[in-house]
Amino acid sequence: MICDVLVIGAGGAGLMAAITAKESGADVRVLTKEYPTRSQTCMAQGGINAALGNVSEDSIDAYIANTLKSAHGLADEEAITFMCSEAPAAIEYLDSIGVCFSRTKEGKIAQRTLGGASAPRACYAQDYTGLKILHTLYDKALSLGIEIQNDKFLLDLLQDEEGVVCGAKVLNIRNSQIEHYFAKAVVLATGGYSRIYGKKSTNSTASSGDGIVAAKHAGAKLLDMEFIQFHPTGLKNSSILISESARGEGGYVINSKGERFTNELAPRDELSRAIFAEIEKGEDVFIDIRHLGEEFIDEALPQERKLAKLYENVDPVLEPMPISPVAHYTMGGIEVDNKSQTSVDGLFACGECANHRVHGANRLGGNSLLEIIVFGREAGKSAAAFAQGCEGVKKPKNTQENLPKPTTPQIDFYEKKEYLAELFYTKVGIVRKKPQLLFVQQEIQTLKEQLPLMGITDDSAVYNTNLTEFLEFQNMLEICEVVVASALAREQSCGAHYIVEEE
Amino acid sequence: MKISIKRKNGFVDFEVDAQEVTLLEVLNKIKATIDNSLTYSSGCRSSVCGSCAVRVNETEVLACAYKVQEGDKIEPLNNVKVIRDLVVNMDRAYETNKKAKGWLAEFNPSAVISLEDEKINELQSDCILCGSCYSACPVYAVNGEFLGPFALTRVWKYVSDKREQNTQEKIDTIQTNGVWDCTLCNNCTVVCPQGISSKADIEKLRMRSTMAGYSDPNFANSFDGGFGFF
Repeated sequence: MICDVLVIGAGGAGLMAAITAKESGADVRVLTKEYPTRSQTCMAQGGINAALGNVSEDSIDAYIANTLKSAHGLADEEAITFMCSEAPAAIEYLDSIGVCFSRTKEGKIAQRTLGGASAPRACYAQDYTGLKILHTLYDKALSLGIEIQNDKFLLDLLQDEEGVVCGAKVLNIRNSQIEHYFAKAVVLATGGYSRIYGKKSTNSTASSGDGIVAAKHAGAKLLDMEFIQFHPTGLKNSSILISESARGEGGYVINSKGERFTNELAPRDELSRAIFAEIEKGEDVFIDIRHLGEEFIDEALPQERKLAKLYENVDPVLEPMPISPVAHYTMGGIEVDNKSQTSVDGLFACGECANHRVHGANRLGGNSLLEIIVFGREAGKSAAAFAQGCEGVKKPKNTQENLPKPTTPQIDFYEKKEYLAELFYTKVGIVRKKPQLLFVQQEIQTLKEQLPLMGITDDSAVYNTNLTEFLEFQNMLEICEVVVASALAREQSCGAHYIVEEE
Repeated sequence: MKISIKRKNGFVDFEVDAQEVTLLEVLNKIKATIDNSLTYSSGCRSSVCGSCAVRVNETEVLACAYKVQEGDKIEPLNNVKVIRDLVVNMDRAYETNKKAKGWLAEFNPSAVISLEDEKINELQSDCILCGSCYSACPVYAVNGEFLGPFALTRVWKYVSDKREQNTQEKIDTIQTNGVWDCTLCNNCTVVCPQGISSKADIEKLRMRSTMAGYSDPNFANSFDGGFGFF
């Protein structure tokens, strides 16, 4: 099974990379552990940024300045300038493949204001922006005849004697066979790691950082892994996201007394801390959109209404929605340059698993969808160019193949997964303290030592999700170790990494 | 409460403590605490990824959007190959998008999409490809070559879009095992978690097909040549 460019992950970034690589003349194959269109991208609601000025005046310079400010000095100005400048072309491209954007009266693409933006800059498709972009990219990939294989779980990358990446080792979930896919270049687009926070995350259960761990094993550098964005408005019980557009459209954040206590349009990290502090005081916190009126809510925020009714038994037309901040996006990831090249030859990365240094210490709403288009394209272009420069597919050095075997585990990993998530939410979350970080570090060591006592009980070779969930747990444990170490190494607060002295 | 889940050798009962919770939460609980081998698909938990469609008491639902009731009988989707327990093989259903050419073939750069135009295919572009419509479709049940509800909705989405310059290719593609094979039974509409009516989209595609010079082959056969003026 040989191709020029192997893309792992079929979310927005992976599909964009695959489309671009294919259009650059490469022979492309995409592997996904789910199906395309089921990835995290479909959950993005708010919008995709571009300084088009369709609604009111805006400029690329203002956009760059907003993004830099939110990044707290940790971003790369060149990368941000590139992304913001490419944004109009990215929207034009999405329009040309048929994304059903919302429109203004004049027939232009509609834009709205998200937190931290100086102008209405987020192009949106009702509140299904990510879903509609993802599905349209999928349609485009199909039109190009790109081969997509489903139910393939990434185990490790294949490397030749020199360490150059030349393929991937994957588990075929349907029959538990290990398969090798050889390629001249590999693009990782496997998503972030917000699920280390378990239920306290807005993310899909699939966001377990598999690709980041595989890249680390291959020797790739990871960057700024301590930066995890908490979304201020997750529904209290289910962590289901209430989109930032609810605040962008004029929603209020209030406490149990019905008082507004913060600036609703502040960047996500500030707002999350303000809400977290209010909850620490013993208050319940709500987002209130009642004053926007039923007609407007049904037009602009229909999904929010549906989700609140279903998961919280609250109709936001009549009542405020109870919320708490939850892990939403991981800024950290595999270090890449502006061409999406990792520190390992033959390996490229894009989307949330990569760190292109455009989000820095805190991502602006509307920038992740843009990133997957702009840098998905770069990754595809770079991987195709790298593949063209290769004479043939390299031979991988021997790889070990040992999957966990069914046993009678002494320790239940599902319990430990929940425990780890709870530890992370309370101690490596919105507010961090050094002694607590050290405690969590110790706990992770203990869990690692206990790993041989954990395992799977399901002995079936067919679609063994007990096995894939255990593999995901192992990946998350490894990610957690890196996150805590990075958090300890950064002694000063910065953006989403907020550290205080123990009182 | 007691619920039953269809597995390899028939329905298996599970006793669960579940008040006002979604089926997906119950499945997660069973897997983590009662039976690690229970197999199902899930993703976003918020009804947009389309992973967790199953049948409850013979009706298609998303497990993340359905509140469990006493005595519920949970089964995998129909008309698709069951891989294990509630997990089905969606490859073939997904393939229909490709067969139906559900994409924008030729972009018209001068098209201006007005607010009204946006509404024409806004609902159709809400589709999450969960497969509920294929499970409920009596035509897909007997004809695996039928393009099927979500693929035809996708075709209508692009055919109705002013940005598409080449609608003819798509209209040509859906004549065989396509719009005329549908019985208009409306099952797809009833089960769609996104409120999409593939049946209505198929009717609109039939109209476009007629405008393009095609006619209902069933009609033509039964009336020996149909209108005769084509």
